[in-house]
Amino acid sequence: MGKIGMFNTVRAVFKRELLSYFNAPVAYVFIVIFLLLNGFFTFFISHFFDLGQADLRSFFQWHPWIYLFLVPAVAMRLWAEERRLGTLELILTLPVTVTQAILGKFLAAWVFIGVALLLTFPMVLTVFYLGQPDLGPIAMGYLGSFLMAGAFLSVGAMTSALTRSQVVSFILSVVICLFLVLAGFPPVTSVLSGWAPVWFVDLVSATSFLTHFLSMQRGVLDLRDLLYYFSVITFMLCVNGVVLQSRRTS
Amino acid sequence: MIEAKHLSKQFGSKMAVDDIAFTVAKGEILGFLGPNGAGKSTTMRMLTGYLPPSQGTAVIGGCDLLDDPIGARRKIGYLPENAPVYPDMNVFDFLNFVAEIRGFTAAERKRRVPQTIEKCFLSKVTRQTVSTLSKGFKQRVCFAQSILHDPEYLILDEPTDGLDPNQKHEVRLMIREMSTQKAIILSTHILEEVESVCTRAIIIDDGRIVADDSPENLKASSPDHGAISLTVKYEDPGAPLASIQASEGVKSAVFLKSENGHLFFRAFPERGDRPIADKIVARLSQQHYPITSLFVEKGRLDEVFRRITGHCRPPNAPPDATR
Repeated sequence: MGKIGMFNTVRAVFKRELLSYFNAPVAYVFIVIFLLLNGFFTFFISHFFDLGQADLRSFFQWHPWIYLFLVPAVAMRLWAEERRLGTLELILTLPVTVTQAILGKFLAAWVFIGVALLLTFPMVLTVFYLGQPDLGPIAMGYLGSFLMAGAFLSVGAMTSALTRSQVVSFILSVVICLFLVLAGFPPVTSVLSGWAPVWFVDLVSATSFLTHFLSMQRGVLDLRDLLYYFSVITFMLCVNGVVLQSRRTS
Repeated sequence: MIEAKHLSKQFGSKMAVDDIAFTVAKGEILGFLGPNGAGKSTTMRMLTGYLPPSQGTAVIGGCDLLDDPIGARRKIGYLPENAPVYPDMNVFDFLNFVAEIRGFTAAERKRRVPQTIEKCFLSKVTRQTVSTLSKGFKQRVCFAQSILHDPEYLILDEPTDGLDPNQKHEVRLMIREMSTQKAIILSTHILEEVESVCTRAIIIDDGRIVADDSPENLKASSPDHGAISLTVKYEDPGAPLASIQASEGVKSAVFLKSENGHLFFRAFPERGDRPIADKIVARLSQQHYPITSLFVEKGRLDEVFRRITGHCRPPNAPPDATR
């Protein structure tokens, strides 16, 4: 199979998957909840208007916590549902490699979350209306948020392949993601730095979604942050593949 | 040609499939028979590349499953057990999706998808969501998916499961029609289906092949093969039985039951190739026992099936109406 064939197969899986999101009412519920939570945290917890700052830091800072619960909810059905319906057998006996199937499904879910993220654009309009914000940090904030969502999603995709129960997948994925967020959460790192050597604290916080997300919000595109997110996604999707290969039993 | 080469599958300590080997050539329709849990579905799942075999391999039209899994899958059409279909898609979109994955261009899809829909009698539900379809329609949608690319090799796991008698008939006709250019493997537990559709039958029990022959030959191995069943209108079974037993070429005869003044007997020949019906008729009519019905048993697949898979039937059970 040539490169074009490979691309077409991924695209077919991607298209089906994305359409199935928007065919289901759950997708719209998800988007509405995502937007409501964003608005609630930004305006009522961070008091966006009282801050008097024309930037979106108070908006982005909540994303890791919102994703922590919403992204696993999107990801939990990815494979668990296919396993439950028996369509896993259908798709894996079509001329599709496991890699193509994983990529197609993952990308569709990622784009779906991306659409939800794009729908927060009124926030951007608001800060531009109120003042003259720096475009750099805002763009980087969105990019960082999208990459972080991809990392959350890859964890959820992996746990979804482990089980046919969406609930189990959801819980597992929230627990794993919680660790990955907390490893860089200032209250946790400050406790650690009380007794652990500096290199260890740095090592732990470097594994966290949060550390890399915060560094991107400063408006600087650091290659290490990009590399970090893509490594997490690649690693998790590889584990996803291994799990799928080894758990094909009915 | 489909060649299964010493396929084995182990789940934990249990051998689900144990060293199964066979070949199916084009033009053949192979029926997979066996009790539930015998390993039929597991074997099919290995042939289609869903389950990796613990040992052995299969070669599908020259593509080894282990070396070229995608090449092998391209040549196969597969209808999995319970006919899984994405419930949130409509019939057309689903088949279009499968066609896209199978690498057909937009122009080819435009021709092929409606063609397949028509072939599988799905025209009425083309735009209907799969979750709203009845079991029979779902089955046919999944069947349509398996023949969409006109594959050389068809593997069907219980293709008529959940269909009504008319639909079963249609599907069997379709399978037979396609068989001239294809090698087809189908599993079923409807023995009548094997007799009407398959050119060959493999009986699997406990993960092993216990019989591999044409349905006719399998039936011939039934103890009832060549036996004569007859009914006589008479009151007392003793006298007619004696005269049947005394007929030339009869090894033994049994009285089965009496119903509405009719007596049911079965006579077994000494040798399978020597007809005894005429001798019995001659003798009984000579003694004025009126024969009301008589037929030669061809043997029955379910009897053979039960005998081979270890559930023997008592030899003097009442005869059922033979087809």
